[in-house]
Amino acid sequence: MIPELGHFALILALCVCLVQGVLPIAGAHYGRREWIVLARPAAQVSFLLMLGAFVSLAWSFYVNDFSVQYVAAHSNSKLPTLFRFGAVWGGHEGSLLLWVFLLSGWTVAVAQFSRTLDDTMVARVIGVLGLVTSGLVLFILFTSNPFDRLLPAAEDGRDLNPLLQDPGLVFHPPVLYMGYVGFAVAFAFAIAALLSGRLDAAWARWSRPWTTAAWVFLTWGIAAGSWWAYYELGWGGWWFWDPVENASFMPWLIGTALIHSLAVTEKRGTFKSWTVLLAIGAFSLSLLGTFLVRSGVLTSVHAFATDPRRGIFILVLLLLVVGSSLVLFAWRAPKVALGGSFALMSRESLLLTGNVLLVVSCASVLLGTLYPLIIDALKLGKISVGPPYFNAVFVPLMTPVLFLMAAVPLARWKNTDVKEIALRMWIPGVLALVAGALVPYLMGGWTVMTNLGVALSVWIASSGVIQVARRLKSGFPPASFWGMHMGHFGIAVFAFGVTMVGGFQEEQDVRMEPGDTVLVGGYQFKMIGVKDVPGPNYSASRGAFEVTKNGSDAKILEPEKRTYFSSTMPMTEAAIDAGFTRDVYVSLGEPLEGKAWAIRVYFKPFVDWIWGGCFLMALGGLFAMSDRRYRLRVKESVVVPEAASPPVPKRGRLKGATP
Amino acid sequence: MKAKFLIPLALFAVLVVFLAAGLRLDPHEVPSPLVNKPAPAFKVTQLEHPELQFAAEDLKGKVWLFNVWASWCVACRQEHPVLMQFARQQIIPIVGLDYKDQRKDALGVLKRSGNPYDVIAFDGDGRVGIDYGVYGVPESYLIDKAGIIRYKHIGPITAEALEKTIIPLINELKKS
Repeated sequence: MIPELGHFALILALCVCLVQGVLPIAGAHYGRREWIVLARPAAQVSFLLMLGAFVSLAWSFYVNDFSVQYVAAHSNSKLPTLFRFGAVWGGHEGSLLLWVFLLSGWTVAVAQFSRTLDDTMVARVIGVLGLVTSGLVLFILFTSNPFDRLLPAAEDGRDLNPLLQDPGLVFHPPVLYMGYVGFAVAFAFAIAALLSGRLDAAWARWSRPWTTAAWVFLTWGIAAGSWWAYYELGWGGWWFWDPVENASFMPWLIGTALIHSLAVTEKRGTFKSWTVLLAIGAFSLSLLGTFLVRSGVLTSVHAFATDPRRGIFILVLLLLVVGSSLVLFAWRAPKVALGGSFALMSRESLLLTGNVLLVVSCASVLLGTLYPLIIDALKLGKISVGPPYFNAVFVPLMTPVLFLMAAVPLARWKNTDVKEIALRMWIPGVLALVAGALVPYLMGGWTVMTNLGVALSVWIASSGVIQVARRLKSGFPPASFWGMHMGHFGIAVFAFGVTMVGGFQEEQDVRMEPGDTVLVGGYQFKMIGVKDVPGPNYSASRGAFEVTKNGSDAKILEPEKRTYFSSTMPMTEAAIDAGFTRDVYVSLGEPLEGKAWAIRVYFKPFVDWIWGGCFLMALGGLFAMSDRRYRLRVKESVVVPEAASPPVPKRGRLKGATP
Repeated sequence: MKAKFLIPLALFAVLVVFLAAGLRLDPHEVPSPLVNKPAPAFKVTQLEHPELQFAAEDLKGKVWLFNVWASWCVACRQEHPVLMQFARQQIIPIVGLDYKDQRKDALGVLKRSGNPYDVIAFDGDGRVGIDYGVYGVPESYLIDKAGIIRYKHIGPITAEALEKTIIPLINELKKS
């Protein structure tokens, strides 16, 4: 009964979403007030219905209702409750339901927090979101219904994929999806602006906190996924350039460009069509990511089930959503008046350069991801594109971005003096050169790449610190200022971590018997033994290793190799001793003859800085969002006329401005 | 409408064409250099009768299906009922290759869920698999009367693949 209620709620939600998508937009067009005011209540009702659908699926998991096919396929009576909850989005159907549920959550948030916006704008935004939601709900109902019954009921469920039975994975997809889906709001704002012809500073200001919010979630989501891969897959890597990872990274790159471009549009009224295009692009890439992941056109370690009908449906949806918005863009964007002009050297031009580089790197990731498919479609053979391509393309593209990033906050709008910037950047420059040469040398081996990486991180971090210190002299800066610098500082931390791990990690694949020792990165690992331990729905071999450095206190690390009852695929649970400056990492490979095992041991210097950096970036986003000016003065900004660029901010305010 | 504003749309159109083409392709399908080449010869012990041996030549003059499987292979379980069904029809001999496996595990699986194979070659260290270019389990080869590989199926054999591709091909090969 409960699953049927959920199914019914989803059908009702579709009906409400269609109303929400059609009437408010039509009302805004024809000036019919009674249709415009439908937007908010429709968003609220459809959210409640989606919530109902979602809760009923979660309930079916909670009570182990194996007469629901999706539950039978992804849960098991022995599965611990937390994972049973996570299993709701452990498969295709449920994760799509989560997708639309979160989308309607964002929609209702827009409805609630946009009281100060004018009703026609809100009607258009909510309307566009309603249309997108309808498309996805149709997809669920027609091709991927999680409420389908399995009669007679299965005696027990097939169990959740053991890879996903991890606390990190319970939370990773919702956070990642919040990011993916959140770009729908920026997209809806862009479409609404195109429809109304009002691509002005006010539009940019409304979009900014929403875009940043989505970006924060996406950053956290990607970082969490990478962290999970690091400790769960047992390969010791943190990023694999896997198609599914790329699918989440591409919207991130465009979203980062969008955040910066929106800043320019808000402050200077320029880059309007570019910003709109980025807003459309970020969400289109989220949809494309969904297509790539869910249609099975690409192979990936994430290997989702393939069903051609699903692929066709998403492709049609992609065509409708992206195609129609790009047509709208081509039609309306040229009519939007251009904003203020700027000189060759100005904050605008520097931000534009950074933006273009981000877009180009996104395009190169897209090309690398789709290249096997393109070559196959052209009948030129079967190939796969791996990390060497991505690394070779990415480093040269990101180097100038990181280089510019430190200096752009110093540049003035409209026209800037290079000499003035150079004068203020000489300290970070010297620090970067010295640290770049010295740190790799002290770590035990200088290479061009480690020099470059260290120099860039020091360059960004030190210039940030100096800029903050200078700014503090003239009073406490606003939250957005802190947000920008924290975000940039996060990049520096991240880049440092990546450089250190890339340049100085050590790994050993060795055969060990109890009593054997191996020395990696100055740490001595002694194998004590491996014993069998039972788990709730698996049995495990648990190794014990004693780790010491220079005779210091011994730490015991206990990596596991688990065999879940439901699947014969063994799972690795690496044991990691995490530290501020290094991780030591042991994972069990295969059992060999006797008591010997194949053991993988890693020494990873500064690896946690990678995720720490992401955390700081996301935190910076939160700060930027919380800036007071998004809550004040929204009402008056509504009257900013369309073509007029806002007055050039005075120097005093400019200092605190965020690009 | 200025032309440059149409560029994103044009790029997107190209992308969609490739995605649509991609949907009709199977990324798991990797062409085997062995198709239309003689099946690599091997002689190994049998799984159920370790004292007996099985060699690829033993089936010369017959069309046969060579199915690579293992007890640790999850997808093989999905394939198993299809193979059982196919075995009951007794169209051609099905030879198993138990790949990188332990005898007792493999025998346990067969005991629990049934044995679709006429004979099973045991390839505990995966040497035969290397000769056949096995990179994922399950994989299956259709070998003709002259000992030439005519078809390679990667991944679990589905009822649909049997019906649409494998059985028609068998009928053709049987005639020749």
